[in-house]
Amino acid sequence: MSTPLVEMVNIHKWFGSVHALKGVDFFVNHGEIVGLVGDNGAGKSTLIKILSGLYPPDEGKIFFEGKEVKFRSPKDAIKLGIETVYQDQMIIPYLNVYRNIFLGRELEKRLGPLKVLDVKGMKEKSWKLFHELGLDITSLDVPVQALSGGQRQGVVIARAMYFKTKLLILDEPTNNLSIKEARKVLDMVLGLKKAGISCIFITHNLHHVYPAADRIVILNRGKKIADFRKDQITIDQIEEMIISG
Amino acid sequence: MGFREIGIQFFQKKEISVSLILMATILTFYSIQPKFLSPTNIEVLLKITPELGIVALGVTILMIGGELDLSVGSVFGFAPLIMAVMLQSGINTWIAFMFTLILCLGIGTAQGIVTVKTGIPSFITTLGGMLIWRGLALVVTGGHPMYFTPSKDFAMVLTGKLYPFVYSQLLIFLALVVLLHFLLERHKFGNWVYAVGGKRDAAEAMGINVARVKVILFALCSLLAGLGGIIQSTRMSQAMPNQGDGLEFDAIAAAVIGGTSLFGGVGTVIGTVLGEFLSRIIENGLIIIRAPSYYFRLYIGIVIIVAVIGNLYIQRRALKLRVRE
Repeated sequence: MSTPLVEMVNIHKWFGSVHALKGVDFFVNHGEIVGLVGDNGAGKSTLIKILSGLYPPDEGKIFFEGKEVKFRSPKDAIKLGIETVYQDQMIIPYLNVYRNIFLGRELEKRLGPLKVLDVKGMKEKSWKLFHELGLDITSLDVPVQALSGGQRQGVVIARAMYFKTKLLILDEPTNNLSIKEARKVLDMVLGLKKAGISCIFITHNLHHVYPAADRIVILNRGKKIADFRKDQITIDQIEEMIISG
Repeated sequence: MGFREIGIQFFQKKEISVSLILMATILTFYSIQPKFLSPTNIEVLLKITPELGIVALGVTILMIGGELDLSVGSVFGFAPLIMAVMLQSGINTWIAFMFTLILCLGIGTAQGIVTVKTGIPSFITTLGGMLIWRGLALVVTGGHPMYFTPSKDFAMVLTGKLYPFVYSQLLIFLALVVLLHFLLERHKFGNWVYAVGGKRDAAEAMGINVARVKVILFALCSLLAGLGGIIQSTRMSQAMPNQGDGLEFDAIAAAVIGGTSLFGGVGTVIGTVLGEFLSRIIENGLIIIRAPSYYFRLYIGIVIIVAVIGNLYIQRRALKLRVRE
Protein backbone atom coordinates (compact mmCIF):
# COMPACT_ATOMS: atom_id res chain seq x y z
CA MET A 1 0.00 0.00 0.00
CA SER A 2 1.21 3.54 -0.75
CA THR A 3 1.72 6.17 1.95
CA PRO A 4 -1.34 6.59 4.13
CA LEU A 5 -3.33 9.83 3.91
CA VAL A 6 -2.69 10.47 7.54
CA GLU A 7 -0.46 8.70 10.01
CA MET A 8 -0.09 9.30 13.73
CA VAL A 9 2.95 7.71 15.35
CA ASN A 10 3.46 6.98 19.04
CA ILE A 11 1.05 9.64 20.29
CA HIS A 12 1.12 10.41 24.00
CA LYS A 13 -1.10 12.81 25.88
CA TRP A 14 -1.26 13.62 29.55
CA PHE A 15 -3.94 15.65 31.29
CA GLY A 16 -2.29 16.47 34.60
CA SER A 17 -1.46 13.08 36.06
CA VAL A 18 -3.88 11.24 33.77
CA HIS A 19 -2.09 9.45 30.93
CA ALA A 20 -4.90 9.68 28.36
CA LEU A 21 -3.05 8.30 25.34
CA LYS A 22 -0.22 5.84 25.84
CA GLY A 23 1.70 5.66 22.59
CA VAL A 24 -1.05 5.20 20.03
CA ASP A 25 -0.24 4.52 16.37
CA PHE A 26 -3.07 5.28 14.00
CA PHE A 27 -3.38 5.72 10.26
CA VAL A 28 -6.01 6.25 7.59
CA ASN A 29 -5.49 5.30 3.95
CA HIS A 30 -6.82 7.18 0.94
CA GLY A 31 -10.53 6.59 0.47
CA GLU A 32 -10.77 4.42 3.54
CA ILE A 33 -13.49 4.36 6.17
CA VAL A 34 -12.07 3.67 9.60
CA GLY A 35 -14.34 2.90 12.51
CA LEU A 36 -12.76 4.17 15.72
CA VAL A 37 -14.41 2.26 18.50
CA GLY A 38 -14.01 2.17 22.24
CA ASP A 39 -15.82 2.63 25.49
CA ASN A 40 -16.22 6.00 27.18
CA GLY A 41 -12.83 7.27 28.35
CA ALA A 42 -10.90 5.03 25.98
CA GLY A 43 -9.15 8.02 24.39
CA LYS A 44 -11.11 8.24 21.12
CA SER A 45 -11.98 11.88 21.37
CA THR A 46 -8.54 12.88 22.67
CA LEU A 47 -6.94 11.22 19.66
CA ILE A 48 -9.33 12.96 17.30
CA LYS A 49 -8.88 16.33 18.96
CA ILE A 50 -5.15 16.00 18.39
CA LEU A 51 -5.73 15.09 14.75
CA SER A 52 -8.07 18.04 14.23
CA GLY A 53 -5.62 20.52 15.77
CA LEU A 54 -7.49 21.20 18.99
CA TYR A 55 -4.75 19.80 21.29
CA PRO A 56 -1.05 19.35 20.57
CA PRO A 57 0.30 15.86 21.37
CA ASP A 58 2.80 15.69 24.25
CA GLU A 59 4.83 13.15 22.34
CA GLY A 60 4.63 11.64 18.90
CA LYS A 61 4.37 12.77 15.32
CA ILE A 62 1.65 13.34 12.75
CA PHE A 63 2.24 12.81 9.04
CA PHE A 64 -0.17 14.02 6.37
CA GLU A 65 0.37 12.61 2.89
CA GLY A 66 3.85 11.57 3.99
CA LYS A 67 4.94 14.93 5.33
CA GLU A 68 5.23 15.73 9.02
CA VAL A 69 2.73 18.36 10.16
CA LYS A 70 2.23 20.36 13.35
CA PHE A 71 -1.18 21.90 13.96
CA ARG A 72 -1.38 25.08 16.01
CA SER A 73 -5.17 25.36 15.66
CA PRO A 74 -8.10 23.63 13.94
CA LYS A 75 -7.63 26.10 11.07
CA ASP A 76 -4.32 24.48 10.13
CA ALA A 77 -6.02 21.09 9.95
CA ILE A 78 -8.93 22.43 7.88
CA LYS A 79 -6.48 24.00 5.43
CA LEU A 80 -5.02 20.57 4.76
CA GLY A 81 -8.52 19.16 4.23
CA ILE A 82 -9.20 17.57 7.60
CA GLU A 83 -12.66 18.52 8.79
CA THR A 84 -14.15 17.40 12.06
CA VAL A 85 -17.83 17.32 12.81
CA TYR A 86 -18.85 17.20 16.44
CA GLN A 87 -22.45 16.09 16.14
CA ASP A 88 -24.33 19.06 14.65
CA GLN A 89 -22.13 21.80 15.98
CA MET A 90 -21.15 22.95 12.51
CA ILE A 91 -24.64 23.96 11.51
CA ILE A 92 -26.50 27.23 11.97
CA PRO A 93 -30.01 26.18 13.05
CA TYR A 94 -31.97 29.08 11.57
CA LEU A 95 -30.18 29.24 8.23
CA ASN A 96 -31.69 27.27 5.40
CA VAL A 97 -30.10 24.22 3.84
CA TYR A 98 -28.10 25.63 0.94
CA ARG A 99 -26.94 28.64 2.96
CA ASN A 100 -25.52 26.24 5.52
CA ILE A 101 -23.74 24.09 2.97
CA PHE A 102 -22.00 27.07 1.37
CA LEU A 103 -21.49 29.08 4.57
CA GLY A 104 -18.19 30.95 4.45
CA ARG A 105 -17.54 29.75 0.89
CA GLU A 106 -20.61 31.14 -0.85
CA LEU A 107 -20.97 30.92 -4.60
CA GLU A 108 -21.29 34.32 -6.18
CA LYS A 109 -22.18 35.76 -9.53
CA ARG A 110 -21.78 39.19 -11.03
CA LEU A 111 -24.71 41.59 -11.19
CA GLY A 112 -23.37 44.67 -12.90
CA PRO A 113 -20.62 45.99 -10.65
CA LEU A 114 -21.84 43.91 -7.70
CA LYS A 115 -21.07 40.40 -6.57
CA VAL A 116 -24.24 38.73 -5.38
CA LEU A 117 -25.09 35.29 -4.06
CA ASP A 118 -25.62 32.77 -6.82
CA VAL A 119 -28.72 31.30 -5.21
CA LYS A 120 -29.66 29.28 -8.26
CA GLY A 121 -26.19 27.79 -8.55
CA MET A 122 -26.02 26.90 -4.87
CA LYS A 123 -29.46 25.27 -5.01
CA GLU A 124 -28.62 23.24 -8.11
CA LYS A 125 -25.35 22.02 -6.61
CA SER A 126 -27.11 21.15 -3.35
CA TRP A 127 -29.72 19.06 -5.18
CA LYS A 128 -26.97 17.28 -7.08
CA LEU A 129 -25.07 16.49 -3.88
CA PHE A 130 -28.18 15.20 -2.15
CA HIS A 131 -28.98 13.10 -5.16
CA GLU A 132 -25.49 11.57 -5.12
CA LEU A 133 -25.77 10.92 -1.39
CA GLY A 134 -29.25 9.47 -1.74
CA LEU A 135 -30.44 12.05 0.78
CA ASP A 136 -34.14 12.76 0.78
CA ILE A 137 -34.70 16.46 1.40
CA THR A 138 -37.80 17.97 -0.14
CA SER A 139 -37.00 21.66 0.18
CA LEU A 140 -33.78 23.66 0.41
CA ASP A 141 -35.51 26.73 1.80
CA VAL A 142 -36.45 25.34 5.21
CA PRO A 143 -34.19 26.20 8.14
CA VAL A 144 -31.91 23.34 9.08
CA GLN A 145 -33.51 23.08 12.52
CA ALA A 146 -36.65 21.76 10.83
CA LEU A 147 -34.71 18.75 9.48
CA SER A 148 -34.27 15.41 11.19
CA GLY A 149 -30.94 14.46 12.81
CA GLY A 150 -29.95 12.25 9.89
CA GLN A 151 -30.73 14.93 7.36
CA ARG A 152 -28.62 17.40 9.32
CA GLN A 153 -25.69 14.98 9.16
CA GLY A 154 -26.40 14.80 5.45
CA VAL A 155 -26.00 18.56 5.14
CA VAL A 156 -22.56 18.36 6.77
CA ILE A 157 -21.52 15.41 4.64
CA ALA A 158 -22.69 17.18 1.49
CA ARG A 159 -20.54 20.13 2.47
CA ALA A 160 -17.47 17.93 2.90
CA MET A 161 -18.16 16.34 -0.46
CA TYR A 162 -18.54 19.61 -2.32
CA PHE A 163 -15.47 21.24 -0.85
CA LYS A 164 -13.27 18.22 -1.52
CA THR A 165 -12.36 17.53 2.05
CA LYS A 166 -9.71 14.81 2.17
CA LEU A 167 -10.53 13.43 5.58
CA LEU A 168 -13.87 13.83 7.33
CA ILE A 169 -13.96 13.00 11.02
CA LEU A 170 -17.45 12.25 12.27
CA ASP A 171 -17.79 12.20 16.05
CA GLU A 172 -20.70 9.99 17.12
CA PRO A 173 -22.72 10.86 14.00
CA THR A 174 -25.35 8.25 14.72
CA ASN A 175 -26.04 9.27 18.31
CA ASN A 176 -29.71 9.99 18.93
CA LEU A 177 -30.69 8.74 15.47
CA SER A 178 -33.30 6.14 14.69
CA ILE A 179 -32.01 2.88 13.24
CA LYS A 180 -33.32 3.82 9.82
CA GLU A 181 -31.60 7.19 9.96
CA ALA A 182 -28.32 5.77 11.23
CA ARG A 183 -28.42 3.46 8.24
CA LYS A 184 -28.85 6.49 5.97
CA VAL A 185 -25.80 8.16 7.47
CA LEU A 186 -23.76 5.03 6.79
CA ASP A 187 -24.96 5.03 3.18
CA MET A 188 -23.83 8.63 2.87
CA VAL A 189 -20.42 7.80 4.30
CA LEU A 190 -20.12 5.12 1.64
CA GLY A 191 -20.99 7.82 -0.88
CA LEU A 192 -18.07 9.88 0.44
CA LYS A 193 -15.77 6.94 -0.08
CA LYS A 194 -16.87 6.72 -3.69
CA ALA A 195 -15.91 10.38 -4.03
CA GLY A 196 -12.44 9.51 -2.68
CA ILE A 197 -12.90 11.06 0.74
CA SER A 198 -11.52 9.19 3.73
CA CYS A 199 -13.57 9.05 6.85
CA ILE A 200 -13.01 8.38 10.53
CA PHE A 201 -16.22 7.28 12.13
CA ILE A 202 -16.14 7.49 15.91
CA THR A 203 -18.68 5.59 17.91
CA HIS A 204 -19.10 3.49 21.01
CA ASN A 205 -21.68 1.42 19.18
CA LEU A 206 -19.88 -1.08 17.01
CA HIS A 207 -23.05 -2.05 15.16
CA HIS A 208 -23.38 1.48 13.86
CA VAL A 209 -20.07 1.42 12.03
CA TYR A 210 -19.45 -2.22 11.18
CA PRO A 211 -21.51 -2.31 7.96
CA ALA A 212 -19.66 0.63 6.39
CA ALA A 213 -16.12 0.42 7.77
CA ASP A 214 -13.12 -0.96 5.89
CA ARG A 215 -11.11 -1.20 9.06
CA ILE A 216 -11.93 -1.15 12.75
CA VAL A 217 -9.57 0.32 15.34
CA ILE A 218 -10.29 -0.27 18.99
CA LEU A 219 -8.94 1.85 21.79
CA ASN A 220 -9.04 0.92 25.41
CA ARG A 221 -7.71 2.95 28.32
CA GLY A 222 -5.43 5.01 26.10
CA LYS A 223 -4.01 2.11 24.14
CA LYS A 224 -4.77 0.65 20.76
CA ILE A 225 -5.80 -2.93 21.41
CA ALA A 226 -6.92 -3.92 17.93
CA ASP A 227 -6.59 -2.78 14.33
CA PHE A 228 -8.22 -5.11 11.84
CA ARG A 229 -9.46 -5.05 8.32
CA LYS A 230 -13.09 -5.99 8.46
CA ASP A 231 -12.57 -9.18 6.49
CA GLN A 232 -10.16 -10.45 9.15
CA ILE A 233 -12.52 -10.31 12.09
CA THR A 234 -16.15 -10.84 12.96
CA ILE A 235 -18.31 -8.47 14.91
CA ASP A 236 -18.57 -10.94 17.79
CA GLN A 237 -14.81 -11.17 18.11
CA ILE A 238 -14.53 -7.37 18.23
CA GLU A 239 -17.17 -7.14 20.91
CA GLU A 240 -15.36 -9.73 22.93
CA MET A 241 -12.18 -7.63 22.70
CA ILE A 242 -13.90 -4.44 23.84
CA ILE A 243 -15.40 -6.17 26.82
CA SER A 244 -12.30 -8.10 27.88
CA GLY A 245 -10.06 -5.06 27.17
CA MET B 1 -42.49 21.14 -3.12
CA GLY B 2 -45.29 19.71 -1.03
CA PHE B 3 -47.96 21.26 1.10
CA ARG B 4 -45.91 20.64 4.22
CA GLU B 5 -42.93 22.65 2.95
CA ILE B 6 -45.12 25.52 1.84
CA GLY B 7 -46.68 25.46 5.30
CA ILE B 8 -43.28 25.58 6.98
CA GLN B 9 -42.13 28.42 4.80
CA PHE B 10 -45.32 30.35 5.44
CA PHE B 11 -45.07 29.95 9.20
CA GLN B 12 -41.37 30.73 9.14
CA LYS B 13 -42.28 34.21 7.95
CA LYS B 14 -41.94 36.10 11.18
CA GLU B 15 -43.77 39.08 9.72
CA ILE B 16 -47.17 37.38 9.91
CA SER B 17 -47.82 38.21 13.53
CA VAL B 18 -46.95 41.90 13.15
CA SER B 19 -48.90 42.17 9.89
CA LEU B 20 -52.05 40.92 11.58
CA ILE B 21 -51.64 43.27 14.53
CA LEU B 22 -50.92 46.15 12.14
CA MET B 23 -54.12 45.52 10.17
CA ALA B 24 -56.21 45.15 13.33
CA THR B 25 -54.78 48.40 14.73
CA ILE B 26 -55.47 50.36 11.55
CA LEU B 27 -59.05 49.06 11.43
CA THR B 28 -59.62 49.85 15.10
CA PHE B 29 -58.45 53.47 14.82
CA TYR B 30 -60.35 53.91 11.57
CA SER B 31 -63.61 52.63 13.06
CA ILE B 32 -63.27 55.00 16.03
CA GLN B 33 -62.21 58.00 13.97
CA PRO B 34 -62.37 57.84 10.14
CA LYS B 35 -60.06 60.88 9.96
CA PHE B 36 -57.30 58.46 10.88
CA LEU B 37 -57.09 57.41 7.23
CA SER B 38 -57.49 60.93 5.83
CA PRO B 39 -54.84 61.97 3.27
CA THR B 40 -53.47 64.57 5.68
CA ASN B 41 -52.91 62.06 8.41
CA ILE B 42 -51.39 59.45 6.11
CA GLU B 43 -48.99 62.10 4.91
CA VAL B 44 -48.02 62.91 8.51
CA LEU B 45 -47.28 59.24 9.14
CA LEU B 46 -45.16 58.93 6.02
CA LYS B 47 -43.27 62.04 7.04
CA ILE B 48 -42.38 61.16 10.64
CA THR B 49 -41.84 57.41 10.42
CA PRO B 50 -38.67 57.30 8.25
CA GLU B 51 -36.27 59.14 10.59
CA LEU B 52 -36.99 56.73 13.44
CA GLY B 53 -37.33 53.76 11.08
CA ILE B 54 -33.81 54.31 9.75
CA VAL B 55 -32.47 53.88 13.28
CA ALA B 56 -34.52 50.70 13.79
CA LEU B 57 -33.04 49.22 10.59
CA GLY B 58 -29.52 49.50 11.97
CA VAL B 59 -30.58 48.08 15.31
CA THR B 60 -32.25 45.17 13.50
CA ILE B 61 -29.23 43.97 11.54
CA LEU B 62 -27.04 44.36 14.61
CA MET B 63 -29.52 42.26 16.60
CA ILE B 64 -29.55 39.61 13.89
CA GLY B 65 -25.78 39.56 14.30
CA GLY B 66 -26.31 38.83 17.99
CA GLU B 67 -25.59 42.21 19.58
CA LEU B 68 -27.58 45.10 21.07
CA ASP B 69 -26.96 48.83 20.73
CA LEU B 70 -28.40 51.00 23.49
CA SER B 71 -26.48 54.07 22.30
CA VAL B 72 -28.53 54.79 19.15
CA GLY B 73 -30.78 57.31 20.90
CA SER B 74 -27.78 59.26 22.15
CA VAL B 75 -26.01 59.16 18.78
CA PHE B 76 -29.32 60.32 17.23
CA GLY B 77 -29.01 63.43 19.44
CA PHE B 78 -25.22 63.82 19.42
CA ALA B 79 -24.64 63.70 15.64
CA PRO B 80 -26.90 66.65 14.67
CA LEU B 81 -25.43 68.71 17.52
CA ILE B 82 -21.91 68.23 16.21
CA MET B 83 -23.17 69.12 12.74
CA ALA B 84 -24.97 72.18 14.15
CA VAL B 85 -21.77 73.39 15.79
CA MET B 86 -19.93 73.01 12.48
CA LEU B 87 -22.71 74.81 10.58
CA GLN B 88 -22.56 77.72 13.02
CA SER B 89 -18.83 78.04 12.49
CA GLY B 90 -19.55 78.50 8.78
CA ILE B 91 -18.46 75.12 7.40
CA ASN B 92 -20.15 73.98 4.17
CA THR B 93 -23.24 71.88 4.91
CA TRP B 94 -22.20 68.87 2.85
CA ILE B 95 -18.70 68.79 4.32
CA ALA B 96 -20.17 69.04 7.83
CA PHE B 97 -22.60 66.24 6.93
CA MET B 98 -19.87 63.94 5.64
CA PHE B 99 -17.68 64.67 8.64
CA THR B 100 -20.54 63.90 11.03
CA LEU B 101 -21.33 60.60 9.31
CA ILE B 102 -17.67 59.59 9.49
CA LEU B 103 -17.72 60.48 13.18
CA CYS B 104 -20.75 58.20 13.64
CA LEU B 105 -18.93 55.37 11.87
CA GLY B 106 -16.05 55.98 14.28
CA ILE B 107 -18.37 55.84 17.30
CA GLY B 108 -19.86 52.52 16.15
CA THR B 109 -16.47 51.07 15.28
CA ALA B 110 -15.09 52.02 18.68
CA GLN B 111 -18.06 50.47 20.50
CA GLY B 112 -17.75 47.37 18.35
CA ILE B 113 -14.03 46.95 18.90
CA VAL B 114 -14.37 47.38 22.66
CA THR B 115 -17.14 44.76 22.65
CA VAL B 116 -15.37 42.09 20.60
CA LYS B 117 -11.88 42.66 22.01
CA THR B 118 -12.85 42.59 25.68
CA GLY B 119 -15.65 40.08 25.31
CA ILE B 120 -17.97 42.08 27.55
CA PRO B 121 -21.67 42.11 26.53
CA SER B 122 -22.65 44.80 24.03
CA PHE B 123 -25.45 45.69 26.43
CA ILE B 124 -22.74 47.07 28.73
CA THR B 125 -20.51 48.77 26.15
CA THR B 126 -23.41 50.52 24.47
CA LEU B 127 -25.03 51.39 27.81
CA GLY B 128 -21.76 53.18 28.50
CA GLY B 129 -21.91 54.71 25.02
CA MET B 130 -25.47 55.85 25.62
CA LEU B 131 -24.39 57.82 28.70
CA ILE B 132 -21.15 59.10 27.14
CA TRP B 133 -22.67 60.53 23.94
CA ARG B 134 -25.67 61.96 25.77
CA GLY B 135 -23.34 63.44 28.36
CA LEU B 136 -21.14 64.98 25.67
CA ALA B 137 -24.23 66.41 23.97
CA LEU B 138 -25.17 68.13 27.21
CA VAL B 139 -21.60 69.37 27.71
CA VAL B 140 -21.43 70.81 24.17
CA THR B 141 -24.73 72.68 24.44
CA GLY B 142 -24.98 73.37 28.13
CA GLY B 143 -28.40 71.74 27.83
CA HIS B 144 -29.82 74.31 25.38
CA PRO B 145 -31.25 73.55 21.93
CA MET B 146 -29.24 74.79 18.95
CA TYR B 147 -30.40 76.16 15.62
CA PHE B 148 -29.84 73.71 12.81
CA THR B 149 -29.46 75.68 9.59
CA PRO B 150 -28.22 73.57 6.69
CA SER B 151 -28.15 74.86 3.11
CA LYS B 152 -31.44 74.77 1.16
CA ASP B 153 -30.29 72.09 -1.28
CA PHE B 154 -29.27 69.86 1.63
CA ALA B 155 -32.66 70.32 3.32
CA MET B 156 -34.36 69.49 0.02
CA VAL B 157 -32.33 66.32 -0.49
CA LEU B 158 -32.97 65.09 3.05
CA THR B 159 -36.48 66.28 3.88
CA GLY B 160 -37.97 67.95 0.80
CA LYS B 161 -41.55 67.30 -0.26
CA LEU B 162 -41.28 65.89 -3.77
CA TYR B 163 -44.89 64.91 -4.50
CA PRO B 164 -47.98 64.65 -2.36
CA PHE B 165 -47.24 61.93 0.24
CA VAL B 166 -43.66 61.60 -0.96
CA TYR B 167 -40.93 63.16 1.15
CA SER B 168 -37.22 62.75 0.54
CA GLN B 169 -36.76 61.02 3.88
CA LEU B 170 -39.34 58.40 2.89
CA LEU B 171 -37.37 57.63 -0.28
CA ILE B 172 -34.11 57.47 1.69
CA PHE B 173 -35.77 55.10 4.15
CA LEU B 174 -37.15 52.87 1.39
CA ALA B 175 -33.80 52.85 -0.41
CA LEU B 176 -32.10 51.72 2.80
CA VAL B 177 -34.76 49.04 3.32
CA VAL B 178 -34.12 47.65 -0.17
CA LEU B 179 -30.35 47.88 0.25
CA LEU B 180 -30.25 46.15 3.64
CA HIS B 181 -32.78 43.52 2.60
CA PHE B 182 -30.59 42.80 -0.40
CA LEU B 183 -27.50 42.69 1.81
CA LEU B 184 -29.08 40.14 4.14
CA GLU B 185 -30.72 37.94 1.52
CA ARG B 186 -28.57 38.17 -1.56
CA HIS B 187 -25.05 38.90 -0.38
CA LYS B 188 -22.61 36.64 1.40
CA PHE B 189 -22.19 39.23 4.14
CA GLY B 190 -25.85 38.69 5.05
CA ASN B 191 -25.22 34.97 5.30
CA TRP B 192 -22.37 35.67 7.71
CA VAL B 193 -24.54 38.02 9.80
CA TYR B 194 -27.17 35.33 10.32
CA ALA B 195 -24.49 32.73 11.02
CA VAL B 196 -22.58 34.89 13.51
CA GLY B 197 -25.76 35.74 15.40
CA GLY B 198 -27.24 32.25 15.11
CA LYS B 199 -24.31 30.17 16.30
CA ARG B 200 -21.06 31.97 16.81
CA ASP B 201 -18.85 28.91 17.31
CA ALA B 202 -20.03 27.20 14.14
CA ALA B 203 -19.56 30.42 12.15
CA GLU B 204 -16.03 30.71 13.47
CA ALA B 205 -15.33 27.07 12.67
CA MET B 206 -16.46 27.70 9.09
CA GLY B 207 -13.80 30.38 8.79
CA ILE B 208 -15.95 33.48 9.18
CA ASN B 209 -14.23 36.45 10.82
CA VAL B 210 -16.81 36.94 13.57
CA ALA B 211 -15.16 40.02 15.11
CA ARG B 212 -14.99 41.84 11.78
CA VAL B 213 -18.63 41.12 10.94
CA LYS B 214 -19.73 42.43 14.33
CA VAL B 215 -17.64 45.61 14.19
CA ILE B 216 -19.03 46.41 10.73
CA LEU B 217 -22.57 45.97 12.10
CA PHE B 218 -21.87 48.27 15.06
CA ALA B 219 -20.47 50.91 12.70
CA LEU B 220 -23.48 50.64 10.39
CA CYS B 221 -25.86 50.89 13.34
CA SER B 222 -24.29 54.12 14.64
CA LEU B 223 -24.13 55.53 11.10
CA LEU B 224 -27.86 55.02 10.60
CA ALA B 225 -28.64 56.42 14.07
CA GLY B 226 -26.70 59.59 13.21
CA LEU B 227 -28.39 59.88 9.81
CA GLY B 228 -31.83 59.56 11.42
CA GLY B 229 -30.96 62.29 13.91
CA ILE B 230 -29.71 64.63 11.18
CA ILE B 231 -32.92 64.11 9.19
CA GLN B 232 -35.02 64.94 12.25
CA SER B 233 -32.98 68.06 13.01
CA THR B 234 -33.21 69.19 9.39
CA ARG B 235 -36.98 68.75 9.49
CA MET B 236 -37.32 70.69 12.75
CA SER B 237 -34.48 73.19 12.08
CA GLN B 238 -33.04 72.58 15.52
CA ALA B 239 -30.80 70.15 17.34
CA MET B 240 -31.76 69.36 20.89
CA PRO B 241 -29.47 67.76 23.45
CA ASN B 242 -32.24 65.39 24.58
CA GLN B 243 -33.18 64.47 21.00
CA GLY B 244 -33.77 60.74 20.62
CA ASP B 245 -34.12 60.14 24.35
CA GLY B 246 -35.49 56.63 24.82
CA LEU B 247 -35.25 55.92 21.10
CA GLU B 248 -33.02 52.86 21.70
CA PHE B 249 -35.95 51.06 23.29
CA ASP B 250 -38.40 52.16 20.59
CA ALA B 251 -36.00 50.80 17.96
CA ILE B 252 -35.47 47.49 19.75
CA ALA B 253 -39.25 47.28 20.25
CA ALA B 254 -39.88 47.81 16.51
CA ALA B 255 -37.37 45.08 15.66
CA VAL B 256 -38.73 42.61 18.19
CA ILE B 257 -42.35 43.29 17.21
CA GLY B 258 -41.29 42.61 13.63
CA GLY B 259 -39.92 39.19 14.53
CA THR B 260 -36.23 39.85 15.21
CA SER B 261 -34.83 37.68 17.98
CA LEU B 262 -33.20 39.28 21.00
CA PHE B 263 -30.69 36.44 20.92
CA GLY B 264 -29.56 36.89 17.32
CA GLY B 265 -29.69 34.83 14.16
CA VAL B 266 -33.30 35.59 13.33
CA GLY B 267 -35.01 38.64 11.87
CA THR B 268 -35.85 40.57 8.74
CA VAL B 269 -35.71 44.16 7.60
CA ILE B 270 -39.30 44.01 6.36
CA GLY B 271 -40.51 42.90 9.79
CA THR B 272 -38.88 45.93 11.37
CA VAL B 273 -40.46 48.27 8.82
CA LEU B 274 -43.87 46.88 9.80
CA GLY B 275 -42.97 47.07 13.50
CA GLU B 276 -41.87 50.68 13.15
CA PHE B 277 -45.04 51.66 11.28
CA LEU B 278 -47.08 49.91 13.95
CA SER B 279 -45.40 51.94 16.71
CA ARG B 280 -45.92 55.22 14.87
CA ILE B 281 -49.52 54.34 13.98
CA ILE B 282 -50.35 53.61 17.61
CA GLU B 283 -48.70 56.87 18.69
CA ASN B 284 -50.49 58.85 15.99
CA GLY B 285 -53.82 57.02 16.29
CA LEU B 286 -54.04 57.75 20.01
CA ILE B 287 -53.67 61.44 19.23
CA ILE B 288 -56.30 61.28 16.47
CA ILE B 289 -58.86 59.60 18.73
CA ARG B 290 -57.93 62.16 21.41
CA ALA B 291 -56.66 59.66 23.93
CA PRO B 292 -54.14 61.19 26.34
CA SER B 293 -50.65 60.74 24.85
CA TYR B 294 -49.56 58.99 28.03
CA TYR B 295 -51.23 55.87 26.71
CA PHE B 296 -48.60 55.42 24.00
CA ARG B 297 -45.98 53.51 26.00
CA LEU B 298 -48.66 51.44 27.67
CA TYR B 299 -50.01 50.21 24.33
CA ILE B 300 -46.58 49.61 22.84
CA GLY B 301 -45.77 47.53 25.89
CA ILE B 302 -48.83 45.39 25.33
CA VAL B 303 -48.11 45.09 21.59
CA ILE B 304 -44.54 43.90 22.19
CA ILE B 305 -45.72 41.10 24.41
CA VAL B 306 -48.63 40.09 22.16
CA ALA B 307 -46.47 40.17 19.01
CA VAL B 308 -43.69 38.06 20.51
CA ILE B 309 -46.16 35.53 21.90
CA GLY B 310 -47.75 35.48 18.43
CA ASN B 311 -44.37 34.79 16.82
CA LEU B 312 -43.63 32.03 19.29
CA TYR B 313 -47.00 30.40 18.69
CA ILE B 314 -46.50 30.52 14.93
CA GLN B 315 -43.02 29.03 15.31
CA ARG B 316 -44.41 26.14 17.33
CA ARG B 317 -47.02 25.50 14.65
CA ALA B 318 -44.23 25.47 12.07
CA LEU B 319 -42.17 22.97 14.04
CA LYS B 320 -45.17 20.64 14.20
CA LEU B 321 -44.95 20.59 10.43
CA ARG B 322 -41.36 19.32 10.58
CA VAL B 323 -40.05 17.83 7.37
CA ARG B 324 -40.29 14.08 7.61
CA GLU B 325 -38.73 11.28 5.63
